[in-house]
Amino acid sequence: MPIRQKIFALIAAIALCIFIVEMVRRKKLREEYSWLWLITSLGIIILVIWYDLLVFITRMIGAALPTTTLFVFGLLFLLLIALHYSVKISSLTDQVRNLAQKIAILQSELDERRAENREQKSEVGGQRSEVRELGAESGELRAGSGEKHHESTK
Amino acid sequence: MKKAIIIIPAYNEEKNIAGVINGIKNVIPDADILVVNDGGEDRTEEIVRGLGEQVISLPYNMGYGVALQTGFKYALKKEYEYAVQIDADGQHDPGDIPKLLDEVFNNKADVIIGSRFLDKGNYRAPFIRRVGMLFFAKLTSLIIGEKITDPTSGYQAINKHGLQFYAGDYYPVDFPDADVIIMLHRAGLKIKEIPVIMYPSVQGKSMHSGLKPVYYIFKMFLSIFVTLLRKAEI
Repeated sequence: MPIRQKIFALIAAIALCIFIVEMVRRKKLREEYSWLWLITSLGIIILVIWYDLLVFITRMIGAALPTTTLFVFGLLFLLLIALHYSVKISSLTDQVRNLAQKIAILQSELDERRAENREQKSEVGGQRSEVRELGAESGELRAGSGEKHHESTK
Repeated sequence: MKKAIIIIPAYNEEKNIAGVINGIKNVIPDADILVVNDGGEDRTEEIVRGLGEQVISLPYNMGYGVALQTGFKYALKKEYEYAVQIDADGQHDPGDIPKLLDEVFNNKADVIIGSRFLDKGNYRAPFIRRVGMLFFAKLTSLIIGEKITDPTSGYQAINKHGLQFYAGDYYPVDFPDADVIIMLHRAGLKIKEIPVIMYPSVQGKSMHSGLKPVYYIFKMFLSIFVTLLRKAEI
């Protein structure tokens, strides 16, 4: 491997490593996800330093050039990461659905409770006015709007 | 009357919802009705509240199945023994609710499906859709060894066992359909169909349009296939 290639690959791998650790340190990336990326950058560093290993793997998988090996494994790795994300998204979708349903149900119960409370309060307050109402009722009934009036006091 | 709840999943159905609710009240005046508003942005919720019925609003639009499942979860929480699911678009005739409920009350099955094809149903659908429906109906019947004519029907009555299954995580919330019936069967629940009347959707907007049929067929095959791969008990 030409020395320029080696230096470039090393710098890229080390930069990736530092970047990931920094992201984890700043809590932008969870440790849970960082290990996959860290292993990749470590793999690149190992392959750069230990070129014979790359040649050995190339021969083992039957590839013609070491570059092919790199591309194949690079693609495989990306594929696995994408799959991992799909799995994660699926479980997140389920969690979001369950949350939304739970919130909606709780919200409706809360509204119900509040309405009940309001009713109770107005009942206590209404008891005093009921006396007045009773007196008024006879007049109301004659006017034929007794039912309407009753509803509005609820 | 035994404790039953009528669940109506609705997404932007301000034009139809009142008609459906009043239709139900005409048949069963003291029915417990629950509308699940699927994150719609129209006046559905207001209208239902105005009619004095219970409404649950999802925080955002999550699809028919999720709305329906919310209703099932609510029903379980409130200890309802039975539930009826009916569409908000006026496709289903509320007059059939007592018939559906009678069947579950009498323990004829855990899930009663209102079929538009059994008997003299007056339902007319586009040809391709009919072919697709017929195909999955035949496939479902073959797998569960019982005649099913309308697995796509969203008009069902279920008892507590059905409720528990429908509220669980196996319930396919994106397109509850033929695969649900196979899942029910594999879970050991009994399914029965009775004829109901269905009208073409009033608004004309269907769940199956554009590229969706292709996805639908693919998803249904996959879902049925993996259901069969799973162990029978759920």
